[in-house]
Amino acid sequence: MSDQMESVEDFRIRARAWLADNMPKLDPKKEYNTNRVADREWVEHRELQKKLFAGGFAGLCFPKEYGGQGLTLAHQLAFTEESVPYEMPLRLNVPSLSICSGMLLDMGSEEQKQKYLRGAISGEIILCQFLSEPSGGSDLAGLLTRAQRDGDTYVINGQKCWSTYAYAADYATCLVRTDWDAPKHRGLSMIIVPVHDDATHLQRVRMVDGSDEFCEEYFTDLVVPAANLVGTENDGWTVGQRQLFYERQAVGGGSPYTSGRAPSRGSSAGLTLENLAREVGKDKDEATRELVGWQNALDTVNHQLIKRITVGMTSGEYPAMASSMMRLAHAEIPQNKMDAMLEIAGDEAVTSTVEGDGYLRSVGVQYLMRQGASLGGGSAEMSKNMISERVLMMPREMAADRDVPFREIRRGR
Amino acid sequence: MDLELSEDQKLFRNTTAKFLDDKLPVEKVRELNKAGGGFPAELWEQGAELGWAALLVPEDLGGGSISGNGFQDLAIVAEEFGRLVTPAPLIPVNTVIAGLVEGAATGADHSETIEGLMSCELVGAWAAYEPKGHWDPLNPSTTAAKNGGNYVITGVKDRVEAGDVAGVFLVSAKTENGVALFMVPADAAGVTTELVDSLDFTRHHALVRFDGVTVPAEAMVGNESSTAEIVERMFLVANALQCAELNGVINRVFEFTVQWAFDRYSFGRPLASYQALKHRFSDMRTWIEICNATADEAVKAVNNRSADASRLVSVAKAYIGTKSVQIIQDCVQMHGGLGVTWEHDCHLYLRRATTDRQLFGTPADHKRRIADLIGL
Repeated sequence: MSDQMESVEDFRIRARAWLADNMPKLDPKKEYNTNRVADREWVEHRELQKKLFAGGFAGLCFPKEYGGQGLTLAHQLAFTEESVPYEMPLRLNVPSLSICSGMLLDMGSEEQKQKYLRGAISGEIILCQFLSEPSGGSDLAGLLTRAQRDGDTYVINGQKCWSTYAYAADYATCLVRTDWDAPKHRGLSMIIVPVHDDATHLQRVRMVDGSDEFCEEYFTDLVVPAANLVGTENDGWTVGQRQLFYERQAVGGGSPYTSGRAPSRGSSAGLTLENLAREVGKDKDEATRELVGWQNALDTVNHQLIKRITVGMTSGEYPAMASSMMRLAHAEIPQNKMDAMLEIAGDEAVTSTVEGDGYLRSVGVQYLMRQGASLGGGSAEMSKNMISERVLMMPREMAADRDVPFREIRRGR
Repeated sequence: MDLELSEDQKLFRNTTAKFLDDKLPVEKVRELNKAGGGFPAELWEQGAELGWAALLVPEDLGGGSISGNGFQDLAIVAEEFGRLVTPAPLIPVNTVIAGLVEGAATGADHSETIEGLMSCELVGAWAAYEPKGHWDPLNPSTTAAKNGGNYVITGVKDRVEAGDVAGVFLVSAKTENGVALFMVPADAAGVTTELVDSLDFTRHHALVRFDGVTVPAEAMVGNESSTAEIVERMFLVANALQCAELNGVINRVFEFTVQWAFDRYSFGRPLASYQALKHRFSDMRTWIEICNATADEAVKAVNNRSADASRLVSVAKAYIGTKSVQIIQDCVQMHGGLGVTWEHDCHLYLRRATTDRQLFGTPADHKRRIADLIGL
C-alpha cells in the first residue's frame, strides 16, 4: 500500500463494486420507521456492520489503528451515496458510531479505544449514552447520579433516562458526579459502564406514538473498573461537551461517522407528501401543491445547510457551535412537514378508514410526536442559546449556580 | 457569501465592495432618491471596467470571467449590490445578455447589441410583464405581425425595470408561429415609455407601449421553437441574481441590527442580553445561513447548467423570498419605532427585498413550480 490516499472517485468506483457484490439490496416495500426498531433489525444490523468491517468499508473516517479506514468526509459522503440502494446498518449510526465513538476517539485512553471504538466499528459492540436524568433535561450538568471511588473501582448509584436504544446496547458512556463540593461543572466524570448488569434495572419508556426506543435505568451499587474512567476524574464536563458536540452534529445530519442515509424524521418509506397528496386525491389542488413544493424546498435547503456548515467547520471558518444551526433547522423543517402532512391528510388522519394498515392514520400518530424534533438531542431553546451566545457572542444567561459548590445549589422537589 | 470562493473571487468581491462603498454609499442612494431616483449613468459606465456586464458574455465577443465561472462571479456583484441597495440595472442588463447569448444558436446575430450592453453604454431591459397580468412570460397578449421582411409589434408591457433609460427592449410577442422574443430599440417609432411608481427607493420601473412598432425580421432572438428555452434561461438568471442580491440585503440588515442590539440599552442592560430577543436573533441567524447556502447552490447550478437547475433556483427563490422579508421585518421590530421611520435605513432594504420577492415569480409561484418539477 502506498501512503497516498485513494482519490474519492477511485474509492467510489471500488465501493460501488463492493456494495453490489456484498450488501443485500434494499427491499423498497420494507418499511424503515424512524421511530421504531424491530428486534430483528438489531441482529441484522450487527451482521451488516461486520460485513462492512470485513470488506474494509466500516468507520471510513476513523483512524486505521482503531479499525477505521482513515479516509475523509468526502469519501464517506461518496460511500453513503453509493449505499442508498442497499441495506445498511443504519441503527448503529446514532448514537453508537457518531456520538459515543466520536467522543471516545477524541477523549478515550488507548486501551479504551482499542476495546470500545474498535468494537463499535467492527460491529461487535453497540454503545449508547447515559446522560440525561429525570431531575432536569437542558441543565445536564446538574445531574445527580453519583460515583464513589472504591479502590480500583467506582460504585455508581442513581438514575438515567432518555437513553436511546440502550436496551440493544452493550456499553454506555455514563456521566456521573464524583465531587459534590465542587461547582456543578467541575465535579463530573465520564465512565464507561456495561448496560446489562444485575445492579442495573433497565426499562423502556413508552412514547405518545407507541414507540419505546428510549430507556431509563436505575443503578444500585453498580461496580465498574476505575480504568473505565474517560479522561480524568472531575473533568467529565469536558468529555461530555465533546460528546454533546457529536450529538448536535449527528442530530443535525452532519456527522462524518455515519454511513448510509436514513429517511428523515417524520417520514417512513413511501410516506412522502407527494404520495400522500395523490392518495387523498388532492394532487391537483393548488393549496396542496404549494405545501408540497414548499416542503421540497425546505428538505432541499436542509441538505444545503448541512453541507455548508460542514464545510465551514472543517475549514475552521465556523466555530463548533455553528452545528446548533443544523440542529435548529432539524427541528423547524420536520415539524413543517408534519404540519403539512396533517393538512393534506385532512379528515382521514384521525381514524383508520382505509382497510388494512391504517396508513393515513399514521400521519395523525406521527403528529403526536411533532415536538420530538425540537426536544431530542438537546432542545431547540438550548440551541438558540448556543447560537446567540457562541456564534453571535451575545451576553450569557444569568446562572444562579455558577461557582457554587454543587451540594449548596437549590434544586426542585 | 460562498465559503469556497477562490482568492481571485475574494479579490473581485473586495474590489467591487470598495468601489461601491466609495462611489455610492447608502447616503448617496438617499440623495439619488430625493433627486428623483434612477441610477447615475456614469456609475454604470464605470462598472463596465469592473466587468459588471461582461461576465456572461462569451470570450469571443470580448467577455470573460474572473474564475471561469462567470455566473458565480456575477452573483458576487449582485450580493454587493444588495448590501448597499445599489441602484443600477445589473439584473435587467445581464438577464437580457443571457437571453441574447442563449438565442444565438437558433437565430439572428445580436453580437453588436451584446457588445453595446457589455460596454455599459447601452442599457437593455426585459419587457416581460403585461399590465394586470401575473408572471406568465410565455403568454403575451402583445402581438408581432409579419409584414414582408418585417414584424409589426403592438402591445403594452409594464414593470419593466430600467425601462426609462433602456436603449433596447427584449420583448415577448405572439407571432403566427408561436411566441417570439424581439430586440426593439427604444427610439423606434411607436415606442413610448412612462415611469410608474416603484416601491424600490431608486430602481425605476416603466410602462412601455409598442404602437405598431416595425422591426426587421433579424430583430428576433432565437426563434419560436427556442423561445421557451431562452425565457427559461433568463428566468433562472434573473431569479438567481435576485437571490444573491437578497442575501446581500439580509446579511447587511442583520449585521447592523445585531450591532444595535449590543449598543442599545434598556433597563440597564443591552437588548442583546434578553433571552427573548437572543432566541429571535438565533432563528434569524439560522435562516440567513440557509439563505446563503441555498443561493450558492442555485447560482452554481445556473452556472453549471445542472440538470436540476430549475428546481434549485425555485427552491432558493421560494425560501429566500419568504425568509428575507420576514427577517427584515423582525429587524425592524428590534429597532422599535425607529425602524419604521424614514430616517432609518431599514426601509431602503425592505423596499429592495420586497421588490425582488414579488417579481419574476413570488414564493407561492415558485412553490407550485417545484411541485410541477418534481412531477406532482
